[in-house]
Amino acid sequence: MTIADTLTRPPLQNDYLAYPDARGRFGDYGGRYVPETLMPLVLSLEAAYAAANADPAFHRELNGYLSSYVGRPSPLYFARRLTEHFGGARIYLKREELNHTGAHKINNCMGQILLARRMGKTRIIAETGAGQHGVATATVCALFGLPCIVYMGAVDVERQAPNVLRMNLLGAEVRPVTSGASTLKDAMNEALRDWVTNVADTYYLIGSAAGPHPYPMMVRDFQRVIGVETRAQVMEAEGRLPDALIACVGGGSNAIGLFHPFLNDESVKIFGVEAAGDGMHTDRHAAALGGGRPGVLHGNKTYLLQNADGQITEAHSISAGLDYPGIGPEHAWLHDVGRVKYLSATDDDALEAFKLCAKLEGIVPALESAHALARLPEVCAEVGKDGVVVLNLSGRGDKDLATVAARLGMNLGAIS
Amino acid sequence: MSEGRIAARFAALARENRAGFIAYVMAGDPDPDTGLAILAGLPAAGADFIELGIPFSDPMADGPPIQRAALRALAAGMSLEGVFDLARRFRATDTTTPIILMGYLNPIVSLGYEAFAAKAAAAGVDGLIAVDCPPEEADPLADALDANGVDLVRLATPTTDDARLAIVARRTRGFVYYVSVAGVTGAKAAVAADVAPAVARVRAASGLPVAVGFGIRTPEQARSIARVADAAVVGSALVDAIAEAIAEGRDPAGGALKTAAALSEAVHTARELVA
Repeated sequence: MTIADTLTRPPLQNDYLAYPDARGRFGDYGGRYVPETLMPLVLSLEAAYAAANADPAFHRELNGYLSSYVGRPSPLYFARRLTEHFGGARIYLKREELNHTGAHKINNCMGQILLARRMGKTRIIAETGAGQHGVATATVCALFGLPCIVYMGAVDVERQAPNVLRMNLLGAEVRPVTSGASTLKDAMNEALRDWVTNVADTYYLIGSAAGPHPYPMMVRDFQRVIGVETRAQVMEAEGRLPDALIACVGGGSNAIGLFHPFLNDESVKIFGVEAAGDGMHTDRHAAALGGGRPGVLHGNKTYLLQNADGQITEAHSISAGLDYPGIGPEHAWLHDVGRVKYLSATDDDALEAFKLCAKLEGIVPALESAHALARLPEVCAEVGKDGVVVLNLSGRGDKDLATVAARLGMNLGAIS
Repeated sequence: MSEGRIAARFAALARENRAGFIAYVMAGDPDPDTGLAILAGLPAAGADFIELGIPFSDPMADGPPIQRAALRALAAGMSLEGVFDLARRFRATDTTTPIILMGYLNPIVSLGYEAFAAKAAAAGVDGLIAVDCPPEEADPLADALDANGVDLVRLATPTTDDARLAIVARRTRGFVYYVSVAGVTGAKAAVAADVAPAVARVRAASGLPVAVGFGIRTPEQARSIARVADAAVVGSALVDAIAEAIAEGRDPAGGALKTAAALSEAVHTARELVA
């Protein structure tokens, strides 16, 4: 199971695996909208990635770390009590929360850090919202002894203090970003400003399937291991392909990782779940597809939350990992062509699903993943009683306990 | 017409053997009326060209001074229509000073390339610098601007090698903007000794005048760059002068124009001093 097997599938009439094109386009989305200073850097990254992807030694090295350090393959678990609760369709959870560092983020970080080493880069920068990508980046930097600078909105530094401490323990420098609204999009602006200033030695390790080409393709390829494993595991367990896949979508890296190996299997229905925050009838949500329109930000053309004048507006979600006003360009395209159906779940929906999963399965999910759990009733109804549904449990919820406690009116300090 | 204004101004500068001073201000900073007063006063303060920033919520190539200027302008209600309105009102009193808009792509995409180009031309705008639109993505925008006689001014940078320079030069019009340092606006200082060979290279590849910006704050820096480039751009120092005047309760227009006058004096006399 390597990234290279993308290349060996037979061409279909509508081959969803043939994207992006040479210009980094998924239909009209994607591209390379970066300042001229960065253009030579993204072109050289594209060439370096193509060379690594064609080199079996790169895949051997990556697969070695994925198995011995990350703990792959992650299990595909039959969720018996959730299945009973929702009354029919057989629900499987892809247990990405069991990976080292507690989420799918490490899959991509491991791939990119090996690429950065091949490229001879000596300084790593990253942006983070909730801190999960920052922790995963700091982890692989510690593993290879590379200096790591993580840009994080000052507001997120406040509300995700445990992850700031984790990153510091891992040897990373966390730089609070006070520009703009001091959240994830501003952290990404600041990381881009760092990159444009330190062009010779610095590798920008983007955490989502977004940004200028080749990032959306490359991050997807590194997350594809989720779907490739799922395919084999569900065949083993059920003797057939699933009827439906479901995953939460912020930038969308865990979702595209699960979805991609199934895109050409027309019998598999695919659902992404965006964060609806206070509700889609309000302006306090983070659903770029549900409530945004196409535009250009952070190097790619995609759906964005913006006002009538093209100014980017703030996203709102209880889940810091979904709190971003854009979405990866491949999702924008899959939405437009109708291959993936994008739903949404509110903060309250996610909280209820968070509690339900903990109580019925003994698994405390990340609030991000809880958005996908919240739409299980509809998806189960869609596939019927004998249907098979795979949900990507993209992360674990330990990091969210303070947020949940505050929301439920509990004082975590008094409990612990 | 528009191509006329930029080309005519560079031709006049060449005849006089002096470099041009390009003053960058953020449209509507700190508010639309004061912004217009600053624009109206810039030619008398020695600005040969005006670069007018389109405020954007996420200016990822700008340092803190211009980030703050954008936030001030947006807070005061500036919009893309407001930018056109400012240009139109400036044009009513000045028909010769070229105006080049500088900004990020999303507000332009949001309006639509065709509508943007037509409205810019109608407002008396002569050129556009789109920071996050490299040549690889620029053709649809360039088509719309060409059709309306607005120049798409390209950026060349220290990371632009000879092979890329040919790509940058291919559809550039008016002049080429050489970004003198790898970095955001207003952060690092340009070094004339490094800039001189780069300017010569860009000029040879494009056959166009070369303006230099991103690393020029002081009259001394402006003077040294004016000796080697066709024009020197100053932005962060001007918007900082506005911010300082506001902080100290002085007139922002007066502060910006005084700073502009000192910089333009340095640019305009740079070559005399060498001779």
